[in-house]
Amino acid sequence: MQETNEKTAAMIEHLAAVNKILEKYNCDESKLIPILQEVQEEYKYLSKDVISYVATSLDIPPAKVYGVATFYAHFALEPKGKYVFKLCDGTACHVKKSHSILHALYDRLGLSDDKQTTDDLMFTVETVSCLGACGLAPVMLVNEDVYGQVKPEEAVAIIDDILAKAAAAE
Amino acid sequence: MIKDANGLIDYTEALKNQSSSELKLYVSMGTCGIAAGTTPVLNKIYQTIEEKNLKDIIDVVEVGCMGLCHSEPCICLENKETNEKVYYGNLSEEQVVQILEAKFDTELAGAKVLNKTWNTPEDEEISDQIQTRIVLRNSGVINPEKIEDYVMRDGYKALAKALTEMKPAGVVSEIELSGLRGRGGGGFPTGRKWQFAASQDADQKYLICNADEGDPGAFMDRAVLEGDPHSVLEAMVIAGYGIGADKGYIYIRAEYPLAIKRLEIAIAQAEELGFLGENILGSGFNFTIELKYGAGAFVCGEETALIHSIEGKRGEPTFKPPFPAISGLWGKPTIVNNVETFANVAAIIRNGADWFKSIGTEGSPGTKVFALAGKINKVGLVEVPMGTVLRDIIYGLGHGIVDGREFKAVQTGGPSGGCIKADKLDTPIDYESLKALGSMMGSGGMIVMDEDDCMVDIAKFFLDFTLEESCGKCTPCRIGNTRLHELLEDICSGNGTMETIEKLKTLSAAIKDTALCGLGQTSPNPVISTLNNFYDEYMQHVDRKKCPAGVCTKLVSYTINDKCVGCTLCARNCPVSCISGERKELHHIDQSKCIKCGVCYTACKFHAIDRT
Repeated sequence: MQETNEKTAAMIEHLAAVNKILEKYNCDESKLIPILQEVQEEYKYLSKDVISYVATSLDIPPAKVYGVATFYAHFALEPKGKYVFKLCDGTACHVKKSHSILHALYDRLGLSDDKQTTDDLMFTVETVSCLGACGLAPVMLVNEDVYGQVKPEEAVAIIDDILAKAAAAE
Repeated sequence: MIKDANGLIDYTEALKNQSSSELKLYVSMGTCGIAAGTTPVLNKIYQTIEEKNLKDIIDVVEVGCMGLCHSEPCICLENKETNEKVYYGNLSEEQVVQILEAKFDTELAGAKVLNKTWNTPEDEEISDQIQTRIVLRNSGVINPEKIEDYVMRDGYKALAKALTEMKPAGVVSEIELSGLRGRGGGGFPTGRKWQFAASQDADQKYLICNADEGDPGAFMDRAVLEGDPHSVLEAMVIAGYGIGADKGYIYIRAEYPLAIKRLEIAIAQAEELGFLGENILGSGFNFTIELKYGAGAFVCGEETALIHSIEGKRGEPTFKPPFPAISGLWGKPTIVNNVETFANVAAIIRNGADWFKSIGTEGSPGTKVFALAGKINKVGLVEVPMGTVLRDIIYGLGHGIVDGREFKAVQTGGPSGGCIKADKLDTPIDYESLKALGSMMGSGGMIVMDEDDCMVDIAKFFLDFTLEESCGKCTPCRIGNTRLHELLEDICSGNGTMETIEKLKTLSAAIKDTALCGLGQTSPNPVISTLNNFYDEYMQHVDRKKCPAGVCTKLVSYTINDKCVGCTLCARNCPVSCISGERKELHHIDQSKCIKCGVCYTACKFHAIDRT
């Protein structure tokens, strides 16, 4: 009993932020997308628990929330790394050989199209649709920072740099 | 708060009479500029002005995109009295002090001088002849975060004219007479669209600005929103008045944080001055604008899908009719227009339909903004009258292909468009002529390709995109495009036969005829246009199992010949470290590890790498 109570208390605390967001939008079903956007901002991804909780609060089936969450590219259903490398895959970047950067990053971190996050949740490497900075192709985002005219070895150097700083901090 | 049209005139006069410094220094602060490192340059400028006490002489104006993406970070120094102007590009922090000292003395400045998109004054003349700026009239000239800058350049004058001198029906008919067509790609006459909604008798109507610019290779709308957000807001209020809507939405991609920030600022300023809100300029007309953020779905550029997304649903398109103008957002009459379309409206209302019709071609009046990118020397944003020939854009404004290479194709219209080849470079472009070439206007991305780009690979690239973005609602798009992609994959990996080519043709035609929405119906276009224009290249893949451009990795291999001097450049550049060899000795590529990216081939200065 004690254990169940503790679990419930932890869950309530865990979902406190969701409550705030739901209140802000008056539990309005038509605001589902902004609600999920803010929830993801808070938790970095949308877990099953959170999806069910949002659905129940809005009085709609979880399948509907899940349907919306899987439809839009911005919603992540699994946790991402601390450093997210987003490689632009627009046409201009494609013709300027963005794929060689992707391969270099995959190679350095042992990742692939099927496994885009490292086990230690440090790095995620993914491609994104055109960032609209075609003048700087090939373009890469590391979290919020934009890197233009990136070369494969420069991209790998960014990883090494992060790792070196992390090691120095320890 | 400005109470009426006369109040706006007084306000504008007062702004114009304010004393300003002799020199203006424009600093390009669009996303491209900031990513290229403009922020430290700007900080250095402020610091130098402070230190040297130049505050009374130089006004710094932080502007949006100047269109000079190829030379960011860049600045422009202007003398208001003499109209003298000089552009400095590719700047570093260190150059700032010297430039501010040298001012117009370009030799003393010691920085790279650009004359607009150009390197020489003669070039500038060509640029002025080719370009006409309506949509981008304020981009790169005003500070997008200051409504005063916009008002001083006749901003909100069109709104005052519409609300006080024109009836709603007059506004709609003026736009209809101007012949303005949707700049989002379809090219539907804007005035006629407005007419449909205006003629509906409904208690509520909506207006939506589609800023979900998703075409890979297109950044025009971002530039307009970052450089001149008020032009879109003003147009939306005018359109709302015309069709009888009091609520507007701007549906914008979350990938454009700077555009979002500037729109938020612009909306707040417009509300404060009374250009948005209740009883606008004393006319009794109310209009509010709300921002809605896209969550990353290309199909939401389709108007019915976009509407569903605003309603909080999956962004799946629905069958038209009923058109949104009759039954759209929450079942009410709704008009969806693109950013660039709106950016034309205020100028048309101010100058009249006849003025607009005098620019461009008879069937497609006005201008079009193009985003030039890919293998072109001067990557950037240009605005040309409809009917300009492709050659003038690519060679005149874009300065041709990088490294003097051979032009192979230009891709327009994004995933719904096609590739145009060299012999069609002298075609005057408008909606119809591009369609006739098997491409389309699309939103305005122009990606230039050279001999190193494989056209089969490009078709596959766009199919990749469509597969990822297909919403899955209709079978032709969901399954048909998957099969198309497999067929292309077969060709690229050397397993293609004549039957594969035949299947590509039949399947493309079937998808075109049967898909539900615009995205699906146009998705085979990249395949059809490359098949029509580059049939030989397909045949090389199928018959000889070769990729002439060296892109399809399964059909190429890289080896090092005896011209190798052992400079180690290739080994240092190889992203997977599969090149071995001592200094000054012949190098070797480990074929089992090689990912055939071609980086070594491009890097080698001694023609020592063979691509077969």
